Amino acid sequence: MKNYQQWVISAHAKHGGPTYVRPMRTTITSVQLARFVSHGYMRMDAVVPEEMNQEALELLPKGIPDVPYGIPVADAYPEGSFPRRLLELPAVAEALLALVGPDPHVDHHAVHVREPHEGHAQPLHGDAIIDVRPDAFDVQLMYYPQRVSPDMGGTLVVPGSHLRRTNESDTGRYQNLRGQTRLVCPAGTVLLLHHGIWHGGRRNDSDLRRYMFKIRFNPTTPQVRLWDTSDMADPEVAAELGRYFPWYEQATARLEIYNRVLLWRALTGDPSFDVEHWVTRVTNRPADRSHS
Amino acid sequence: MTLRQQVLVLYLSTSALDSPVVGWSRYDGTGTSQPTTGDSDEPPYPDGVAALRDGWRLIQASQLLPPQAGAEYGTSFLKHEFFFEKLT
Repeated sequence: MKNYQQWVISAHAKHGGPTYVRPMRTTITSVQLARFVSHGYMRMDAVVPEEMNQEALELLPKGIPDVPYGIPVADAYPEGSFPRRLLELPAVAEALLALVGPDPHVDHHAVHVREPHEGHAQPLHGDAIIDVRPDAFDVQLMYYPQRVSPDMGGTLVVPGSHLRRTNESDTGRYQNLRGQTRLVCPAGTVLLLHHGIWHGGRRNDSDLRRYMFKIRFNPTTPQVRLWDTSDMADPEVAAELGRYFPWYEQATARLEIYNRVLLWRALTGDPSFDVEHWVTRVTNRPADRSHS
Repeated sequence: MTLRQQVLVLYLSTSALDSPVVGWSRYDGTGTSQPTTGDSDEPPYPDGVAALRDGWRLIQASQLLPPQAGAEYGTSFLKHEFFFEKLT
């Protein structure tokens, strides 16, 4: 049974709309958030119970009806519906709260299918259109209801690609990058991805259809300190934000860290945070200060 | 006999041809293989020169372009792209 002392009815209910029960607080830590900022995604293995996975495998082949763009969760998914119960799973709800805050809107959702032996992969891409917001990001939930084995074409994800300024499938020329992750996972796995992450459905060489259910969320409140910040001073935070990935070019890797620092400053409201003095050094303008 | 082109694209860590490979793509005009997105985790060569030694001919290298003013800290496409070919 859920501990409802930790859950609250969304503010949406106050305005006469349907209610959406969400957690008041989250156990997601600063180190986990920093890892999301460096990698561009958060992975949660087997967090959806098996009975729900079986239900999804019956539901997803029939499709899930579209919802209008940009509506509250409670309007998109009636109480008791499968997507609603998926989002109310504590692990999922707490991670979403930490990333997109209370009462995010559902941008859209889609059931993705990789057909057996279909012979091709999706080109590497970012979803929607180029989106360079410095102080906000959408999150895409990807849910895998079945075990994904290496030959089933699990989603290709490129860690640390989310801050690159590219538009949709213009990255299609890139087939493989060092350190890429080819998803292999147990049933009930959920990924939460920054909107800019480079990814693609891989070629399914198995005899099984592979399903994935995706929901995109838009934040409706500033994404500032939405997680458990009690470990903000943990050295692992800076270590995560200073992480290099094997596909980064030597020089551009430094710019990746520069841009992560800017995002972390936006998420924490701390304009002094830095990793190895990268941002502080190049924004040091003594002449500006002397004129103020 | 018609010659057909195989293309190898290597993305290197710096603008030097002997720097490490960070990304790679292959396109096969002979039809004997079907390379595609996310089909391997290890590059075919450790660096660009290793591809030359294996008989690949360099046909194009990306230019070195200064960053656009105001966008010096932005990151986008991979910068150091080298196209190779084999004719078989």
